[in-house]
Amino acid sequence: MVENRPILNVVTHLVLILGVAIVALPIWITFVAATHEETRMLQAPLPLLPGGYFFENFTKTFFGSGLSGSESAPVWRMLLNSMFMALMIAIGKIAISLISAFAIVYFKFPFRMGFFWMIFITLMLPVEVRILPTFEVVADLGLLNSYWGLSIPLIASATATFMFRQVFLTIPDEMLESARIDGAKPLQFFWDILIPLSRTNIAALFVILFIYGWNQYLWPLLITTDTDMTTIVMSIKQMLEAAEQSPQWNIIMMTALLAMLPPVFVVVAMQKLFVKGLTETDK
Amino acid sequence: MLKRVHFNSSLLPYLLVAPQIIITLVFFIWPASQAVYQSFLIEDAFGLSTEFVWFENFEYLMGDEIYLDSFVRTLFFSAAVAFISMSFALILAGFADRVVRGATAYRTLLIWPYAVAPVLAGALWVFMFNPTLGIFPYFLGFFGYDWNHYLNGNQAMLLVILAAAWKQVAYNFLFYLAAMQAIPKSIIEAGAIDGARPIRRFWTLIFPLVSPTTFFLLVINAVYAFFDTFGIIHAVTQGGPANSTTILVYKVFNDGFVGLDLGGSAAQSVILMLLVIVMTFIQFRYVENKVEY
Repeated sequence: MVENRPILNVVTHLVLILGVAIVALPIWITFVAATHEETRMLQAPLPLLPGGYFFENFTKTFFGSGLSGSESAPVWRMLLNSMFMALMIAIGKIAISLISAFAIVYFKFPFRMGFFWMIFITLMLPVEVRILPTFEVVADLGLLNSYWGLSIPLIASATATFMFRQVFLTIPDEMLESARIDGAKPLQFFWDILIPLSRTNIAALFVILFIYGWNQYLWPLLITTDTDMTTIVMSIKQMLEAAEQSPQWNIIMMTALLAMLPPVFVVVAMQKLFVKGLTETDK
Repeated sequence: MLKRVHFNSSLLPYLLVAPQIIITLVFFIWPASQAVYQSFLIEDAFGLSTEFVWFENFEYLMGDEIYLDSFVRTLFFSAAVAFISMSFALILAGFADRVVRGATAYRTLLIWPYAVAPVLAGALWVFMFNPTLGIFPYFLGFFGYDWNHYLNGNQAMLLVILAAAWKQVAYNFLFYLAAMQAIPKSIIEAGAIDGARPIRRFWTLIFPLVSPTTFFLLVINAVYAFFDTFGIIHAVTQGGPANSTTILVYKVFNDGFVGLDLGGSAAQSVILMLLVIVMTFIQFRYVENKVEY
């Protein structure tokens, strides 16, 4: 701090607390809604303080099939689907980006730059702009309603490849020279030197990609029709639709809470890695 | 690009790039080229015959009031989301930058909405603004203001803007705070010695110095509002009422999957691709070089 201004200090904290309150308000309302009974959630004004039905709603939501009277997979199953999808996307992206960055930085071979630009192009083709044809490809390959169909089309990654390329470029050349003198083969060098040296970058990227994978919405919505393959993020929309007939807001909001808990936990628990990953991948 | 010391060509590098390249070809480049191809076709109502029509689909879109409205609406939506979330984040980061102890605690409390999926963000806001039950319509009722975003297009737009901006504050805050903390303290001290008060220092020193970040965030927020807000629109309004919240990405989905207008949807996809290419170009050409200081 440059100078001491007691009044400004108080104002600073007040503004920040107000900001935090505004940002947290939607979550608070959600949490409160998840702690009341169904009938209470039908009377306006809705409560602003938590009630005593948290655990009851939790067990009802977690083991039940979401809303009563709807045919959907149990919520624990949806959470599991989301977890599989997020992990497959995150790990898959990291794995294929690591090896392609390794090839592009450490090998001289024909079409090297051609491959690099091909990977770069993926940056310009988000799934939202090529929905229909991509759906057709996945349908033709028979990947609808499968974990492979959910994850593989999303795991090509220009940003991850660029990031690893950047990391590898900062590793001094002497590393490779000495590894060679010691008789290391390319894959040995990759596994024993490059991977350990880029461990923190891998972890940071994993945090970002896990959130990215978990929060996928449009893609799973298109390619899953089987209720057993529903992801938790998708289910919210179905519940909102059902809510127009039979509003069970306590269950819907409990599901929303469960759906956002894993990625939020990852951000808060691994904040340093998260910040590192965010600033490194997007620039 | 290439290491001075490197391995010689063999089969290995091809095997290493193969997974990425195959996925890129099968799931990115092939579908994108299909979209371009389909955008030149018109299919009859029963899907029995297709006709190659060159740019007719595009010409139709350029004359289509609904599409042009949607275009303008998307621009407005993006500008509003970027402005609200960036100015909110800038103010908070400006204050958080002053905090000596506890800055990390505030950061923790402000960044987690980043992890909330857009469709969930939409669900939370639509619940708060539910016309019959929601907290906000209840309080607005005291002032005689009638909230019903199922009927009122402007209110629906406001609601999706708020939900989209809320989610993006975390990201903007993080980058603004990092940029402000990277400014050398000596500059701020020099300003203080010259008699500039905190607010003046903020506007004449800090704000200009973080302008590269502002520009970078503008691009990122525009991309976010254009492409990542599908979930919010789908959960909150489904483009309604009367198309008042149908942004371009939602329209591509709606025309393609619900309306089954393949040529029209593909032509819209191609236009969106061109937009992404322009935005990516801007991001790499102008942002990359200037963010470093």
